[in-house]
Order: sequence, then structure tokens, then C-alpha cells
Amino acid sequence: MIGRISRTTAALVVFVVSVFPVYWMVLTAFKPTRDIQSATPTFFPTSITFEHFGTAVAAKGFFSFWRNSLLVAGGAVLLALLVALLAAFAVARLRWKGRKAFVLMVFVAQMTPWEALLIPIYVIARDTGMLDTLWMLTLVYFMMTLPFTIVTLRGFLAAIPVDLEEAAQVDGCSRGEAFRKVVFPLLAPGLLATSLFGFITAWNEFAFANVLIIKNQDDRTLPVWLSSFQNTFGTDWGATMAASTLFMVPVLLIFVVLQGRVTTGIVGGAVKG
Amino acid sequence: MTLVAERPVRETAPAAPKRRRRPVLPYLLIAPTLLTTAYLLVYPLVRNVVISLQEFGLPQLVRGDAKFVGFANYVRVLNDPEFWGVVRRTLWFTAINVVLIMVLSTLVALLLVRLGRWLRFLVMGGLVLTWATPVIAATTVFQWLFQSRLGVVNWALVELGFEQYRDYTWFADGEATFGILVTLIVWQSVPFAALSLYAAMTTVPQELYEAARIDGAGAWRVFSTITFPMLRAMFGLITCLEVIWVVKAFVQIWVISQGGPGQATTTLPVYAFQVAQSLQRYDLGAAVSMLMVLLLVLALLAYFRQLYRQEQEA
Repeated sequence: MIGRISRTTAALVVFVVSVFPVYWMVLTAFKPTRDIQSATPTFFPTSITFEHFGTAVAAKGFFSFWRNSLLVAGGAVLLALLVALLAAFAVARLRWKGRKAFVLMVFVAQMTPWEALLIPIYVIARDTGMLDTLWMLTLVYFMMTLPFTIVTLRGFLAAIPVDLEEAAQVDGCSRGEAFRKVVFPLLAPGLLATSLFGFITAWNEFAFANVLIIKNQDDRTLPVWLSSFQNTFGTDWGATMAASTLFMVPVLLIFVVLQGRVTTGIVGGAVKG
Repeated sequence: MTLVAERPVRETAPAAPKRRRRPVLPYLLIAPTLLTTAYLLVYPLVRNVVISLQEFGLPQLVRGDAKFVGFANYVRVLNDPEFWGVVRRTLWFTAINVVLIMVLSTLVALLLVRLGRWLRFLVMGGLVLTWATPVIAATTVFQWLFQSRLGVVNWALVELGFEQYRDYTWFADGEATFGILVTLIVWQSVPFAALSLYAAMTTVPQELYEAARIDGAGAWRVFSTITFPMLRAMFGLITCLEVIWVVKAFVQIWVISQGGPGQATTTLPVYAFQVAQSLQRYDLGAAVSMLMVLLLVLALLAYFRQLYRQEQEA
């Protein structure tokens, strides 16, 4: 009995500690300014306002930062899917010399300490005139997500029995047709899951966006904009929290879409938000 | 009958001879990966090594006529007491974070195993929410939580009777900022580790626990003689990953404190970036980041060994 009560208490403590910061962010975003600034904070919504969301959306450049983030993350993911699908097919379906070495290379590439490459990539971007362009950022994010995309797609592909493809080929399909008509539909959920995880990585990335977009402030992405919230909102914490909440919404939606896959993904140890 | 009829069909399936006739295909398929990796990953890494061996400041960045100076940058960095201070701080920062992450995650995982269905769903949902929170959103919220005048943390501390925390400015004090960064990183890292450990714990056969319980073993004994030895590889794997992630942690520190106040929260990646970006000594920054890579490679080798062991056991 005592054991059960202490377990329940512990569970509630863990729940509150993990949820509270996010709860507080959303709550502050909806609170009227006088509640935010009152000496005793209110822990439950009493009256709700959309004023702060209005301030955040009306902030200069808000929509272009959204567009930039979407473009960069979306472009990176599409590129990665395309390139990774080819490589994953070669690894999962074909036998060739150097296959093991290639897989090892992908695993090593996945552990790249990108933080150590900030300086050379800045220098390379500057030398090639790619500084202050969203293209450079897209390429970097593409490379960040590529190894992980190959590894997961290879896993998904390996799970689809080769027999299906061979049966289609026996029935007169070419190899390309067999892939398109039989494997691809089965692979679609895997493609979706993989690309959404890649999207989150690119969506959240800050360090390179901060270094590669300097002069052209309109080309910044959301994380960089949000990190300098004091320049935009000063001490308007309501608007800051509203902007944070809006920034988090797509990520949260993706997690809801992937709910079943999330745990398998993390157990694979392949990603971290 | 059917078996006999099927066999010849298999043997003459068109896939097999095709593979032998066109061995080029796999290499064509991996070519885009190899080319992009060469340009976007290997080349920057090599360039970093090259820059670290050159005299490369702002003039060289503009004119592009950097001269090789051998290991002069490394000698200078390694003889700089400031660098060793940063290394000590990085190791200290990593140790505190990883120990806290592993202990808390193990406790949460053990708790999850013992919870009923609904509570377990609730806690796991909370953990996934934390895990899903973008780093930048989390850093912004933590700045708000620890805000001096209106922050809820100071309010709670004053309510609890710690009057000295009224309007306390956390981010003006080195140790306080260090503490907040540890809290932030631990808060963000526990969900991944706890959920992975929990998933691993569910694979331990129940009979082992029952047998131990019949023998009258207490909770600690069950953990130290069954759970931990069974999952040693998994614990090793997650510890390695956390070490790598904490050493590399840049965004949280840069956004919240830029390594300050003073040098109180400057770890290796932050230091490398400061030297390169603020002092415009790209050569020294590159050397520092190469030394960091060296440190990470050690952790990585341990990680790959654990990964190999894990695969052996699975």
C-alpha cells in the first residue's frame, strides 16, 4: 500500500517536472499581460487572450522567417530522401564489393560532430559566395539528415520481403516497375516517418543558421529569430512565449503523427530532438 | 508436388543473372551519397585540419593567402592556461550532466516498469512531450522560468522562505548560470535515456525477477544482480551517447549565456566558436575544435564498441 502511494507520487512528480516548462510556456502565451506581471503567478488559466499571438505574428519578418524555415527544412528533407533512397536500395537489396565499408561510413557520418565544423563551413561558404544564402543552409541540413535517412530507410527496406519484388518480376514487371509498384507503396510509411524526423532536425537547427546567415537579416530562420527575442519583444514575455509556442507546434504535430513510431525510433538510438 | 514445380521457376528468376551482368548499378546508386558526403562532410573536415595548420585570421579570410605554420596554433593553444581551464570545465560539465542523466533516467525507467497502465501512459506522454520540445523553445522558456523579477522559480523560492531569491538575477552569476544549463540539459536528455532504458528493461525475462523475489532479494539487490548485468551493454551505449551529446552541447550555452558571465559556462565548442567568431582567429578556433574532435573520437570508439557488443548480445 505504502509502496503504491509512493510510486504514484513519484510518477506524478516526474510528470509535473517534465511537463511544467512546456505548460508554463503555453499558459504564459495565453495569459493577459496583467496576469503575467502580477506578483503572485496564476497556475491555471483564468482568462484567455490571443493578444500575444497577435504581437508575435505581427512582428517584423515573422512570415518570411517561417517561409525560410519551411523552405530550408523541406528542401533538405526532400534531397536527403532522394539520395538516401538510392543508397538504401543498393545496401538493402544488392550484393556488391565494399557494401560493408559503405555502411560503416554511413554510421560514422551519422556521428559527425557538426559543432566542430562551424568554422570550415563558414569559410567554405564565404569562399564560394554561398554565405547569406538559404541554399548553403539547405545543403548543410541535407548532409546532417542524410546518414540517418539512409540507415532508417535501409531498415524499412530490409523489412519488405524480396519475394514480393521477385514475384512481380516473374509476373513480367521490370526491376524499376517492381520497385515502384510493389516496394514503394509498402515503403511509404517508412519514408514519411524518416522524412518527418529529418524535418525536425532541420527545423530546430540553430548553430549553422546563426553563422551562415549574417548580413541578410530577412533570410534568417525561426530558431535564430527566436534566440534573439529580446531584440524583437524586449521584456514582452507573453509575445516571446507565444512565438515559442508557434515554433513548437509543427514539431508537436509531427510527434503526434508518429506516436507509434516514436519509441521504436528512440530505441534505435538514431535520433534525438 | 507443388514444391517440385516451384523450384525451377526460382532458379530462372530474372533477378539473379541481371545482378551479375550489371555490377555498375550499386555504385551508381551510392554515387550521389559519396559525392555529397565528400563535398559537404569530408572536405569541411579536411579544411578544418588545413586551417588549423595555417595562419588564418581576418586578413587571410578576405585575401585568401593563408600560409602554413605547422603546429604553431596547436602549440599556442596547448600552452594557454585558458584552454586548459576550458577543458577542465568541459570535463566537469560533462561528468555532472551525464551522472545526473543516467541516475535519474534509471530511476524513471525503474518507476515506469512498476507503474500501472494509465500512470505509465501519463508519465511516458510527459517524457515524450519534453523530448519533442525544440532546444530553442526550451532555452527561451528556461530564461523565462528563471527571470529575475517575474520568473516563477524566484517566486516559488521566496514562497518557500528563501527571501534572498527575491529579484535574484540568476544569469549574472557564473555558478547559477552553470546550474541552470545543467538543469536544462538534464531535463532535455532524461526522456530519451529513460524511455530507452525502460524499453530495454521490458526485455528482461520476468521469471528472473520472480526467482529473485522468492529468494527474498530487495529492490537494490535485484537491480544490481539482475537488471544491471543483463542490460550492461545498453547502459554503456546510452552513457556513451550522452557523453557525446553533452560535450557537443553548444546551442543551449550559446543562446543562454554565450559562455558567460565571464568564462563561467565556456565549454570546448563554445570556446572554439568564441575564438573564431569574436576574435576572428579562425586558425586557433579550428585547432581547438580539432582537439575537441579528438576527445569525441575517444567517446565514439567506446560507443562503437558498445554498439558491437549490443549487436552480439541481441
